[in-house]
Amino acid sequence: MIRVEHLTKTYGEIHAVRDISFDVPAGEIFAFLGPNGAGKTTTIKMLTTLLRPTSGKVEIDGLDPVTHNDAVRKRFGIVFQDPSLDDELTAAENLDIHGALYGVPKRVRTERSEMLLRLFELWERRNDAVKKFSGGMRRRLEIARAMLHTPKILFLDEPTLGLDPQTRNQLWTHVKKLNEEEGMTVFLTTHYMEEADRVAHRIAIIDHGTIVALGTPAELKKQTNSETLEQAFLALTGSTVREEGADSNDQLRNMAKMFRRPR
Amino acid sequence: MTTIYILWLRQIKRYVRSRARIVASLGQPLLFLLALGFGFGPVFQKAGQGNYLQFLAPGVIAMTILFTSIFSGIELLFDRQFGFLKEMLVAPVPRLLIMIGRTLGGATVALMQGMIVIAICLLAGFRPTNYSAIPLAILFMILIAIVFTALGTAIGSVLNDMQGFQMIMNFLVMPIFFLSGALFPLTGIPLALQIIAGANPLSYGVDGLRAALIGVSHFGALTDIAVLCGVSIVLLYFGARQFSRIQI
Repeated sequence: MIRVEHLTKTYGEIHAVRDISFDVPAGEIFAFLGPNGAGKTTTIKMLTTLLRPTSGKVEIDGLDPVTHNDAVRKRFGIVFQDPSLDDELTAAENLDIHGALYGVPKRVRTERSEMLLRLFELWERRNDAVKKFSGGMRRRLEIARAMLHTPKILFLDEPTLGLDPQTRNQLWTHVKKLNEEEGMTVFLTTHYMEEADRVAHRIAIIDHGTIVALGTPAELKKQTNSETLEQAFLALTGSTVREEGADSNDQLRNMAKMFRRPR
Repeated sequence: MTTIYILWLRQIKRYVRSRARIVASLGQPLLFLLALGFGFGPVFQKAGQGNYLQFLAPGVIAMTILFTSIFSGIELLFDRQFGFLKEMLVAPVPRLLIMIGRTLGGATVALMQGMIVIAICLLAGFRPTNYSAIPLAILFMILIAIVFTALGTAIGSVLNDMQGFQMIMNFLVMPIFFLSGALFPLTGIPLALQIIAGANPLSYGVDGLRAALIGVSHFGALTDIAVLCGVSIVLLYFGARQFSRIQI
């Protein structure tokens, strides 16, 4: 379903991603783990048509994201690292806009919206503005939205960041269910190792832009003689803390926080 | 078509729901109309130019549309910061359609805002000389809205923080307003100012509105329409190009 061959992305002198290759078969839950700045988000952006690779090849369901970007976009749903809902609109309206942009016929999108809102336990709140939603509700809504156009692949970029254990647990239960029932391929990143251990069929660990290990959770633990995936992860990537510069979007977000009304 | 419609509708919904924004954005035109209109009224009269409120009202209407239009382009910044921009950019639709939908939405909002200000002007004592030219006035309002929403989109696509927005307000939007003939007649002013006003698209919008509403024109209504149409095509093209280049 996802095929990556010798994928590289450079920004001037900096190699964000260097020569990575992997394959994700249909129906698999694939976790992409790595420290901050290892190249996870850059890779996701290249897989999802937002960034052009410097060299190498990507295939999504047999299609190249660079040359067939609209066809590729229809085939995946994505939940971004940071929120991407329209706060002023209601949950139902957010879904409706998404459906319209993806060319889902009106009748189908009403039906599927209802099904997904019920599944993610948001149906009672469908006519409330998203700005009144909690972090967990927003995340659920984003996943519901990503599923609206029945994609073949679901990309989740750190979907559980900042959520409490209950919400995280519930979220992964939903994702597993969608994977099992609709046979959807899932590509996820997270910093919570126990989550990856629990839901992922296979895991790739990326560091400094290269894949340092790839296998099932059990294989990775065995390879490093570790009890837990967290230990395996630290054994593979070392324990130095990575620094990441704040980009202008982060600064903008901090500004926005200042102007936001407390609620 | 659905893409354009749904994004247009989004802008309208956002506008109608933010009542605080509607009220707040009416403060400025009201202040200009009352303070300048009544304050400079007697001087203007003595200079033999007639009723200043009559002269000023079209300028204030144009000002409202200018600010609202530019702001709707700047809203791209909010979309970027709250993330909705990404949602639009990974959707399987051409970016040009996204840009058109947004621009039409922003222009419609600006037009509605302009309509409210017309009502306020009427309340303040403004009387159009020729009511049958109202459709022509609305045409000019639409043209002003499109020109500056497109400009706003182009700016919003390039900017990535709020500091930049302040700079745009002070060095672009304010000069466009003050040097457009919205506040004073363009006849008899120094040559330098005349040249600047002649290069400013808003001058033609204000002039067109005056031609329609009070029957006074500096450039002539046809020139106004031609210039505004030309500029809007150029800016739409430019805005679409900038928008299609956004990287996230």
